[in-house]
Amino acid sequence: MMKPNRPVGLIGYGVYIPRYRIAAREIARVWTDGQGGVPVESKSVAGPDEDTITLAIEAARNAVARAGLAPERLGAVWVGSESHPYSVKPSGTIVAEALGATPWVSAADWEFACKAGSEALTAAMGLVGSGMQEYALAIGADTAQGRPGDALEYTASSGAAALIVGPAEEALATIEATVSYVSDTPDFFRRADRPYPVHGNRFTGEPAYFHQIQAAGAALLEGLGRAPGDFTYAVFHQPNAKFPQVAAKRLGFSDAQIAPGMLSPTIGNTYSGAALAGLCATLDVAQPGDTIFMASYGSGAGSDAYALTVTERLLERRARAPLTAAYLRRAVFVDYAIYAKWRGKLLLG
Amino acid sequence: MGRKSVDDALRERTVMTNIYLVGAAATPVAEHFGRSLADLASEAVRGAFAAVPRLAPSHVGALFVANALGDRLAGQGQLGAYLGAAVGLRGVPAARVEAAGASGGVAIQQAAYAIAAGAVEVAVVLGAEKVTDQLDGALEAALALAMDAEAEALHGLTLTAQWAMLMRRYMHEHGYAADAFAPFPVNAHANAARNPQALYRFAISADKYRKAGQIASPLNMLDCSSVADGAACLILASERVARELAQPAVPLVRLAGTAVATDVPALGARPDPLDLVAARASAQIALGRAHLGLGDVHVLELSDPHGIAAALALEAIGYYGRGEAPRHAADGAIAPSGRTPIATAGGYKARGDLAGASGVYQLVELLRQLRGEAGATQVAGAKVALAQSLGGVGSTAATCVLVAES
Repeated sequence: MMKPNRPVGLIGYGVYIPRYRIAAREIARVWTDGQGGVPVESKSVAGPDEDTITLAIEAARNAVARAGLAPERLGAVWVGSESHPYSVKPSGTIVAEALGATPWVSAADWEFACKAGSEALTAAMGLVGSGMQEYALAIGADTAQGRPGDALEYTASSGAAALIVGPAEEALATIEATVSYVSDTPDFFRRADRPYPVHGNRFTGEPAYFHQIQAAGAALLEGLGRAPGDFTYAVFHQPNAKFPQVAAKRLGFSDAQIAPGMLSPTIGNTYSGAALAGLCATLDVAQPGDTIFMASYGSGAGSDAYALTVTERLLERRARAPLTAAYLRRAVFVDYAIYAKWRGKLLLG
Repeated sequence: MGRKSVDDALRERTVMTNIYLVGAAATPVAEHFGRSLADLASEAVRGAFAAVPRLAPSHVGALFVANALGDRLAGQGQLGAYLGAAVGLRGVPAARVEAAGASGGVAIQQAAYAIAAGAVEVAVVLGAEKVTDQLDGALEAALALAMDAEAEALHGLTLTAQWAMLMRRYMHEHGYAADAFAPFPVNAHANAARNPQALYRFAISADKYRKAGQIASPLNMLDCSSVADGAACLILASERVARELAQPAVPLVRLAGTAVATDVPALGARPDPLDLVAARASAQIALGRAHLGLGDVHVLELSDPHGIAAALALEAIGYYGRGEAPRHAADGAIAPSGRTPIATAGGYKARGDLAGASGVYQLVELLRQLRGEAGATQVAGAKVALAQSLGGVGSTAATCVLVAES
């Protein structure tokens, strides 16, 4: 279990979800004649002028607004994603520039499939917790792609969440500790030169998602000497609607505890943004004194688990930026043809 | 003195000395993500020898490995030598037997022949499949090897689609709706729910069957087996050795007859695709060799990845007239208490489809039945059992008839 030398917490948070949606049954209409089951109701789709960087900037601006922080005071801008627009050229510098955090800032990109964002969060805890910096911005953002017709296409979606780590005494929610658990488990991967990832069918369940989350989650609970019932809320990485429910149940959390952070049924899997956006949605409804358990998951594979406690400062900062619910409400549904055009699935001569 | 014709000579042949099934064991059927083919095989063989304490690996004269997919999915050839060494039978004459889904039944016959020929006293049959290391596409391609490559597989046909077409034709000819096949998976799941080694240990209802999503219409999700990992081992012995090993209060189980029959793999080349002629021939010959009739059999194991497969097999073997099997299944004929109990351990559908190892799993279950060790799904008074494994859509059919001696 990892604890920083000086207590840290979140001083700001922000989420961004593109307005466009495609219904899972619309994808099923094209690929299975409407016969197949669907893992979610719908998923969010980045618009034609959006990418991981623009999503990251939107979420980060919301986090900065909540923190009430001058952007140049950020000591780090770290962007976790598996869909960085450039293979070589950091998203972090563009985001930092757009925020006004440059030039005296650490900027970099992180990659760990769906938990790149939480890796950035753990590093931010270290940077601030060691005293090297006062504030660090950790972002999880993705415009994830699934091969047309593949099971992943129903869930691979777009969204971002940004968390600003700072000293605990300024935090809207303190982070007591974190655990990171990884193993070489090739459940899902995309080679550098390939447009779409490969996933290991049902292998992505038991040895991958469930094992890693259960291991990290159980270790954190044991390390803190706390039980699932001690937490007000819990948030899990959500690749579909069912997995987080099963993971929660196995660790001993209830459906009610995970309800506020369950976004996947309507926006799908925002990959690096998924667990962090679930945390943001939970912070949207939490009250001072509430405690939150969060476990991310990244293929390849690993899980980071965190324990947070909400402070009084949340109440004054919450309304400084749009709530997650506002982004969920403004859904505009597109059909498969528009989706295919926007997401680059049409090969043009 | 006139010479006999070859036909006369063939008619007069006598087949098979007495061969006994002295030990058996199997691993649970599951997605064994963390285990290899050799690992699963070792567990099964160790289990089988543990059940026959006075028998040692050094007594084994031959090893027959039943496996349909190992070269394609594990990249491993020479499974006789490879698995032989892995399971503690290094040095024993060994080879892999491949006949797609009938590999198990054919391997058992090979072992029986080796003993009947007097070449060996003890033979081990090891059925093993490891399918979860590969993605769906590779598994589909490996399973498609059972078909006619040029006429069928190259064009994208799958075994599931073939059974689906047969089911559609059957529904058309005999006036059934798809729901009529629900009793087969419902029975399989009800039995698997009481088998701790089964892949799907839960019951399903006919209502749930009706609502299941389509896989290859009219076959739905709850009428399709899942190919899974596992290994099963049988130890066969001559009568002399079997009587020496006999344990008090455990009936000796004799492999009274085996027979393999074949048909053209390409469905389109069969004059009547709903008539599984190899299944019929194999069952008739095996029962004939055992000097038994259909009515003598108390419990069966069939290739039943789909309800249609079980129905066609029951009709081909001769239990029911054409178009009648679903009706009898609905009346309880296939339940452990019925006239033709099948899938008492869950069948391919719910115990899990072991591809080339299925025929070996079938005999592990039937041995439990004949020894009265089958617990909640025990067929009362079972003394005679029949197992039939099919390769492809019945292009190879291997039947084994077992008799418990009192």
